[in-house]
Amino acid sequence: MFACGIVCTIARRNVIYVLMGIELILNAANLNLVAFSRFNGNLDGQMFAIFSIILAAAEAAVALAIVLNVFGLFDSIRPDDPDLLKE
Amino acid sequence: MLGILSLLQEHGAAADVQKAASSLANNNWGFDQNDIYRLIAVPLLPLVGYIIQLFFGKKLPRQGDWLLISFMAAGLGIAVYEFAKCLGAWSPDFQVQSRNMGLSWAWFGSTPGAPGFIAGVLYDNLSAAMLVVVTLVSTLVHLFSSGYMHGDRRYNIFFANISLFSFAMLGLVLSDNLVFFFIFWELMGLCSYLLIGHFYHKDSARKASLKAFMTTRIGDVCLLIGLCILWSKFGTLQFTELYKQVELLVAQNHEWPGWLTAAGILVFLGSVGKSAQFPLHVWLPDAMEGPTPVSAMIHAATMVAAGVYLVGRSFPFLTPDARIVVSIVGSFTGIFAATIGICANDIKKVLAYSTISQLGFMIAGIGVGGVGAGLFHMITHACFKACLFLGSGSVIHAVHTQDMREMGGLRRKLPITYLTMLVSTLAISGVPLFAGFYSKDAILAHALARAQTEHIWYYYLPIIFLATASCITAFYMFRLVHMTFHGQPVVQDKYDHAHESGWAMSVPLIILGSLAIFCGYHFHGLIPNPVNTEGWFLELWRDHRPFEAALGGHELEHREHYEHLVHGDAHGNAMILSLCAAGLGIGLSFVFYYFKILKAASFAKALGPIYTAVVNKYYFDELYNKTAIAGSHLVAKVFSIFDRYVIDGIVNFVGGAMRAVSMGSAAFDRTVVDGLVNFAGFGTQAAGSVTRMLQTGRIQQYLTFSVFALVVVAALLILR
Repeated sequence: MFACGIVCTIARRNVIYVLMGIELILNAANLNLVAFSRFNGNLDGQMFAIFSIILAAAEAAVALAIVLNVFGLFDSIRPDDPDLLKE
Repeated sequence: MLGILSLLQEHGAAADVQKAASSLANNNWGFDQNDIYRLIAVPLLPLVGYIIQLFFGKKLPRQGDWLLISFMAAGLGIAVYEFAKCLGAWSPDFQVQSRNMGLSWAWFGSTPGAPGFIAGVLYDNLSAAMLVVVTLVSTLVHLFSSGYMHGDRRYNIFFANISLFSFAMLGLVLSDNLVFFFIFWELMGLCSYLLIGHFYHKDSARKASLKAFMTTRIGDVCLLIGLCILWSKFGTLQFTELYKQVELLVAQNHEWPGWLTAAGILVFLGSVGKSAQFPLHVWLPDAMEGPTPVSAMIHAATMVAAGVYLVGRSFPFLTPDARIVVSIVGSFTGIFAATIGICANDIKKVLAYSTISQLGFMIAGIGVGGVGAGLFHMITHACFKACLFLGSGSVIHAVHTQDMREMGGLRRKLPITYLTMLVSTLAISGVPLFAGFYSKDAILAHALARAQTEHIWYYYLPIIFLATASCITAFYMFRLVHMTFHGQPVVQDKYDHAHESGWAMSVPLIILGSLAIFCGYHFHGLIPNPVNTEGWFLELWRDHRPFEAALGGHELEHREHYEHLVHGDAHGNAMILSLCAAGLGIGLSFVFYYFKILKAASFAKALGPIYTAVVNKYYFDELYNKTAIAGSHLVAKVFSIFDRYVIDGIVNFVGGAMRAVSMGSAAFDRTVVDGLVNFAGFGTQAAGSVTRMLQTGRIQQYLTFSVFALVVVAALLILR
């Protein structure tokens, strides 16, 4: 799942799909945390996973805000277009 | 300067050891250092005058002629004073050397403790007499020039030049060694060049001055070589030292070495150049282009006399072979120039040839052994020849022409000039009671005695030539007087405008004219004794015996026989001979030019080609033009071609090679060096464009790289 998320982030031509990819990565990490919590027999992993979900949600909001502003500036949803920092 | 002098006073005392043996050296005849200072002042006065005149001449009132005249007169005063002291001693041994008073000047090669070349002043009878003669003639010429050169554009420079010349001549007479002698000799050549070329706007004057300089130069080169030989063999060039060394050399070897003959002849060749002897006589007639005072001073009394002075001073190291050369050259010149003088029509040219002829007399006189006689003639000749030249200057000033064919009957218009020139002409002809008689008579006596002593055919040549030349001299000198002063005026216009010159020009004439009478007399106290036919100078000059006594035997007999003849039979015979010659010459001149019994023109036609040759001076100028001058031009051309093609060719070739090398270097620079630089730039650009691809500004690419790095790190961690 993590690899899918990476591929999605890197290789999609639409910033929304990039955000989706980020969500996938985060969720893959959550899944891993819960799995290891069950494996180790304590609840540390599950606690950490709850925090991670909250963070993911907040981060998604912020990310969408950034994307909106970038769209306002560049009028494009392709991540390749804001390339002012090149060379 | 003073330090050197005081240093040398100590050295002088120490180095005098070798001279202490000779009694001559320690006896200074009442002279002291102050006298030497005074003597040095004599040439320095005109030098100072020259320098002042150069810088301030034009600004002084009357352009400074009074200044220079007074300087020369002061020099004359000192010279006369010292001469009086010298005469007071009245000894042939009279000799004052400044070295004996510690007054010498160390020149090259000196280190403390070993003075190298030392120069000083030599003052003996000859120097004393010459000093007076030169200062006297110089003063009178200065005075004369103030009248004659009046209005000239370069009046001040003229005076400066004759003062410089006086300095040179006086320095020459006073120097005690041949180096200083040579320096002043050359300086006189320079002054002669400046003075002959005074009217430099005239092409003939320029050519003449250059000719004079070049011709005497040839003699000077020979003189220098002679001096080099003497220096290398003897190690000294001081007159007294040289005499001693030669005496020693002859006493040791009992023969005269060949190289000494060569050195003597080379030194004599210097005289040949300077005193215009055959074959280097060609410059003196042309030198008449210079103003007449210059001719009087330089070419009558002083510069040409320097050659005679040299022969006189160098007599002790002339071998018998050299001496016969000297006497034959001198006597031949005497007759050679006299024959040309017969046909000359320019008054100054006649006097010029007369000078050459008389110089021949002097040199021949010295050559046959009568050193005192020749030098005495030099002194008397200075007086009457200067008078003749100045007189001719007065004539030229009056009638504005130099051609005697346009003059005539001037004795009524120019009485003072006429009288003085007549007196001088009588002197030069060797008429008794006039100065020239004593000296000429002495020379003829010596020549005759030598001929009778040696009995070889070429020893008879001098006396034959000289006797004939005396006759011819009397003839053409009186011809000059007749054509100029006697008879009827030829060009009436010029005659009418003639007038006697002012006092500035007449006073020197009177002084010199009276000297032309009294110069030769023997003196007892102050009373002249014209009857004593031994000139006063001859008593004062001990002929430096050319050491024939050292050779012994046969030569010694010769010497004694010669002396005997000179004072006895030969003297009487020579006197008769000279009287006959003079009488014949004067008589013939009257026949041709005064009474006009025989026509000179018809004689000239009868002699035809001989006459043409004589009038053209035997074509010597043309000969020299074709040979020497053309030769020099050819050599110059050869060198010029060499210079233009070879030297310049090499230089151009080197230049071309340099250009080729630089072109190659430029090409290298352009391709290799620039290529490297460009390549560096290109490389950087390429690198840049590659690395630029990392920074695309595209987020996803950055993410790719970081994921990739993460994978690598993870792999490393796991694999550890």
